[in-house]
Amino acid sequence: MLGIVRQKMLEQSLKKIRPAVSVLRSYSSAAKQMTVREALNSALDEEMSADSKVFLMGEEVGEYQGAYKITKGLLDKYGPERVLDTPITEAGFTGIAVGAAYYGVKPVVEFMTFNFSMQAIDHIINSAAKTNYMSSGRISVPIVFRGPNGAAAGVGAQHSQCYAAWYASCPGLKVLAPYSSEDARGLLKAGIRDPDPVVFLENELLYGESFPVSDEVLDSSFCLPIGKAKIERKGKDVTIAAYSKMVGYALKAAETLEKDGIDAEVINLRSIRPLDRSTINASVRKTNRLVTVEEAFPQHGVGAEICASIVEESFAYLDAPVERIAGADVPMPYAANLERMAVPQVIYHFSLFSYNYQYIYTHICIYMHANTHNFIHL
Amino acid sequence: MAFYSKIPRNIINNLKSKVGLWSLMKQSHGTCSYSSCLNTIHLHRFLPLTTLPQFTNPDSISHKKGHFPHFQRFQSTTTEKQIDSVPNGEQSQVLDFPGGKVVFSPEMRFLSESPSVYSQCYRVLDDNGQLISHSNFVTVSEEVAVKMYSNMVTLQTLDTIFYEAQRQGRISFYVTSIGEEAINIASAAALTSDDIVFPQYREPGVLLWRGFTLQEFANQCFGNKADYGKGRQMPIHYGSNKLNYFTVASTIATQIPHAVGAAYSLKMDKKDACAVTYFGDGGTSEGDFHAAMNFAAVTESPVIFICRNNGWAISTPTSDQFRSDGIAVRGQAYGVRSIRVDGNDALAMYSAVHSARHMAVNEHRPILIEAVTYRVGHHSTSDDSTKYRPANEIEWWRMARDPVTRFRKWIEINGWWGSEAESQLRSSIRSQIAERAEKPPVNDLFTDVYDNIPSNLREQEKLLKETINRHPKDYPADVPI
Repeated sequence: MLGIVRQKMLEQSLKKIRPAVSVLRSYSSAAKQMTVREALNSALDEEMSADSKVFLMGEEVGEYQGAYKITKGLLDKYGPERVLDTPITEAGFTGIAVGAAYYGVKPVVEFMTFNFSMQAIDHIINSAAKTNYMSSGRISVPIVFRGPNGAAAGVGAQHSQCYAAWYASCPGLKVLAPYSSEDARGLLKAGIRDPDPVVFLENELLYGESFPVSDEVLDSSFCLPIGKAKIERKGKDVTIAAYSKMVGYALKAAETLEKDGIDAEVINLRSIRPLDRSTINASVRKTNRLVTVEEAFPQHGVGAEICASIVEESFAYLDAPVERIAGADVPMPYAANLERMAVPQVIYHFSLFSYNYQYIYTHICIYMHANTHNFIHL
Repeated sequence: MAFYSKIPRNIINNLKSKVGLWSLMKQSHGTCSYSSCLNTIHLHRFLPLTTLPQFTNPDSISHKKGHFPHFQRFQSTTTEKQIDSVPNGEQSQVLDFPGGKVVFSPEMRFLSESPSVYSQCYRVLDDNGQLISHSNFVTVSEEVAVKMYSNMVTLQTLDTIFYEAQRQGRISFYVTSIGEEAINIASAAALTSDDIVFPQYREPGVLLWRGFTLQEFANQCFGNKADYGKGRQMPIHYGSNKLNYFTVASTIATQIPHAVGAAYSLKMDKKDACAVTYFGDGGTSEGDFHAAMNFAAVTESPVIFICRNNGWAISTPTSDQFRSDGIAVRGQAYGVRSIRVDGNDALAMYSAVHSARHMAVNEHRPILIEAVTYRVGHHSTSDDSTKYRPANEIEWWRMARDPVTRFRKWIEINGWWGSEAESQLRSSIRSQIAERAEKPPVNDLFTDVYDNIPSNLREQEKLLKETINRHPKDYPADVPI
């Protein structure tokens, strides 16, 4: 009953919003700028207008216009039935959203930060992720959990953890981590339309950042495929794989490296689960070197998974061990100077190292100013 | 004014604070079609019993002048201003609080942790199956009553068969519902097939009522090829889309907020249906219960919470589980209408659930039903309850308080049942189950993790099949590839 209704609704809604995209492609108009916040807001707005089954839920999403103003204007436009301000109970409203998804509607649940999702993680894993499997495909859970993830600025240990690795380890979930506005729009739309439960990891510090967007991105049917990474910058000497805010850092580091004659290829993972192993492997087979960058704690992280994948599939192509750059293996401190030391940073220094391939990793490490030193010696 | 002078001032003050609260309570309830039940419960909570007969219209006290207690009057002008600005010339001081007007009282009075009277338990049939006089209940036709009885007997038999199967090693695990047949069947009978059920794990009777066959129960327990769950779940984790019964999950109380979410969605879709969820006394300790009750009240969702208070959560008795007067009293704390029912009285259960459904669907409100019963069986086949409770207590409840026998007596009194029908029924049930069936195929290991099977799982499946083909001897012969 539920499966069929859900399928039909999905097909109908997709049919409604498919203007001729090819016409737009022929225009090469000047790129517009859009902040990530606007991108997310417009994506939610368009998906809610296209499909009446989509509704929002979370603390402060309605009257307050969203704790980070992502849901601004949506309460006025869609009313309190579709934009629900919830009591303070992550476990409660996540359970309720999952129940609504079981019934067949499509909730988009906002966590004020993913740190608070830990109070609801039983519902995310046991009630959402595993249900399609445990019910042998009879109960699908078309739900999206979204919110800021990872470190912000000066918010301390309980507001700064990155949960990409936690959720990406669980089969049944899809985990997405956008970087630019294009990523934010395309991936959120894809996540809302997806019949599987999606964890959508945003970043608070990226909300205000502006990125150029083409007309194709602005179109209401724009969607990015889940499970495909994007090569943000082509290169040939070393591959840097990153997600979310660290993509920006990797691009900056690549610029600095270019001055030293090192041509880095930067991969924006976009999707943590499913991980685009083929793109990363293809890139490493070309460049023969890999550096992974994440803000999260190093142990059992996304970098570890990527490293394992490369070692399993492209071992012969590696000219040097895979280098992981991650946050310091400590709960995030509050003091600004300490906080800066606990996450990867890009430092613009002239290189003092000889131009020798053996030292490429040291280059990048120091440029990224990560605490891999602390980590490697463990 | 006459009785004002007769009654000492301090009693008036006591009553004022309580009565003020009571009148507030009345205001916030609006229309109520079951108001007589409501009033009884509320009056017990707020007014001492001894003064009850004298105050037929308590509202009249708070509105009359001259009843205001003369304590120390503060001399500051602000207090007097406050009194002057109180609307309607009411003498009682009231705080305009964001949650609503709150009446002040200079009397420091703590609400008691336990009520002066335990919340009453609704029952209609006595222990001998006789109708209690002056009982009000929803009438049940002969057809429905006989169907209820046969389902209760079928459930008992089903439990016995599968329990024995587990003891013989043919299934790995089983959970019986012995002693709770009335809750299972009577509640199911009072619902419609559109009502969505979110069970815990001791409610197979609801599925049985809706048409799940004995063979389908067996398929799930044995995890064979015909199991709707494709062999992925432990026994008793039944589910059926067709019958609107959500798959049983092992996690406790997680189904309660799910039910509220589904109820909210039903309301959004304007359906003539409600969500119903079951849980035990132990489940009410979970945070999910609290969040769900709160949410249901705030969102005004059409959901029925049915708590099977059977006295035990594995080995934890209710005295170690909570200190409130059971579960029904908690409803008021969340703003949810509630009732306590004798769970072993099928007729009372039927009436309560029937009325609850009417209120939930038509008034868009949650209802909490506490069905008081006793878990006659062990918690599950992994438990031996004689280790923590006396065997004679179990026997007494099994024999003297059996809900099935009680209901049988009632239908026999009505002339709707007899001993022939009884023996016919019991012999027909056992013959309905076949046993030997194939196991699910290996590719069922990889499907349904996602809507579409991802490439990595397809690869793993291919690798597995290749391995099996290379080493067929190491692989069981009776499992299809």
